[in-house]
Amino acid sequence: MSPRPIDPSVLRLDDDGVTLLGGWSPSSGLRHFPASPVCPFTGADDIEPVDLPRTGTVWLHTTVTLAPPGYLGPVPYGLGIVELDGDPMLRVVSRLSGDGLARGAPVHLEGEELPGPDEEPSVTWVFRT
Amino acid sequence: MSDVRITGVGLHPFGRFGELTGTAMGVTAVRAALSEAGITARDVQAAFCGTAYGGVAAGHRVLSALAGTGIPIIDVEAGCASGGAALQLGAASIASGRYDRVLVFGIEKMPKGIIRSSFFAPWQEAAGLSPAPAFFALRAQRLLVETGLTAEHLAQVVVKNRRHGVANPDAMFRKAVTAEEVLASRMICPPLTLFMLCSPNEGAAAVVLERSGTGVRLAGISLRSHLPGNVLGEDSPLSGIDDSAIDPPTTLAARDAYAQAGLGPDDLDVVECQDTDAARELLAWSELGLCPDGGQAAVLAQGDADLGGRLPVNPSGGLLSKGEPLGASALGQVVELVRQLRGTAGDRQVDGARVGLAHVIGRGANACVTVLVA
Repeated sequence: MSPRPIDPSVLRLDDDGVTLLGGWSPSSGLRHFPASPVCPFTGADDIEPVDLPRTGTVWLHTTVTLAPPGYLGPVPYGLGIVELDGDPMLRVVSRLSGDGLARGAPVHLEGEELPGPDEEPSVTWVFRT
Repeated sequence: MSDVRITGVGLHPFGRFGELTGTAMGVTAVRAALSEAGITARDVQAAFCGTAYGGVAAGHRVLSALAGTGIPIIDVEAGCASGGAALQLGAASIASGRYDRVLVFGIEKMPKGIIRSSFFAPWQEAAGLSPAPAFFALRAQRLLVETGLTAEHLAQVVVKNRRHGVANPDAMFRKAVTAEEVLASRMICPPLTLFMLCSPNEGAAAVVLERSGTGVRLAGISLRSHLPGNVLGEDSPLSGIDDSAIDPPTTLAARDAYAQAGLGPDDLDVVECQDTDAARELLAWSELGLCPDGGQAAVLAQGDADLGGRLPVNPSGGLLSKGEPLGASALGQVVELVRQLRGTAGDRQVDGARVGLAHVIGRGANACVTVLVA
């Protein structure tokens, strides 16, 4: 079975790997994730789909040491917030991985295989140093 | 706001009570509050019940056990602020002129471990993007980075609240801890250790509200949710923008409640605030205007927030000592403050307390701030 995204509305899998599917409002000039019916920051009703950048820097990070309910993947794992490259700034919640995780560390987007809600393999996103 | 008085309060202790039902705990708290007010359940005109995990018609079950049905009985869910939401609705139902006497209570019997919430989509849980302690930890990281506070300061909050909790017979944890013990306890999500996080548990609290008369005055109450934009908001969005100019919901609610009461932070004598984790309390201090941004270290160093200090915070021991039964926690704070303002808080009495503030915040992005005046 070919890999499938953990939720097809938030990410796409193709020859480029993983892409985060965001939204962009021309009138507010703001991007967001995942794509929303209206701009979640201003309410502007002019959303266009946009592929989000694959690179950014770590803003905040922690480690999850106990598996939360509904999660069947490995622990511990990194969790944090990445400031995506591009202007204006967009902060995205993400799994984090790799050596040297620290505030300001450059990270790039990758796919990570995890059991999905139906316990079958699926792919989510991770930002790696 | 019009003259709404709290004429009776009651509590079922917070903790773990085996097979005891949430309904039974609610009955205990409600009967105590009704008894203080000198009435029975048949004498109230409406009832508002805060609960998140209580299930269908949880409040009705309590009133039914007390022969108090026939009136409107409304369950209210607003995450950790459920009891605050119920209190605001109860107060508004009197202020509107519709009722003269209502019952407000909160009950909870929570599962153990990390709270599972239907708030998250199944895929978010499967992706590991739902653990509440991790989001608390990220907020704590931000506080430390932006203010220069350290894990030692977080530990000092736990030491303070656990020391206060020793004098509270209704608390779950009544043993003082040292900063070393806090820092050495199990690391859950850096920088938060086990002792820096409150425990979900069980309990109930109740108040009777009446139009005018005697009793502690409910001078201000406001429930607010997050403005859009903050990625660390309690509604756990997956993205956010620069939030430096966006007021957090606690600040919004405090501004409303202070304005209603015609009072400000300088008028307060005692505060009960949300200490889901130690950093959450430190954040609340600045959001409520109790200290300037970054002023928390000085407050801790001077012992200002300790019992006997300039403005004691969480003399009950806070959620770090009591645990957090979601629907009951906000009203538990109100019960504590009413006892403080009556001068009946025993070994944890804040001398001469006349004005108190209660604060909760949680899932659903709701913050509730209540101002009470003796």
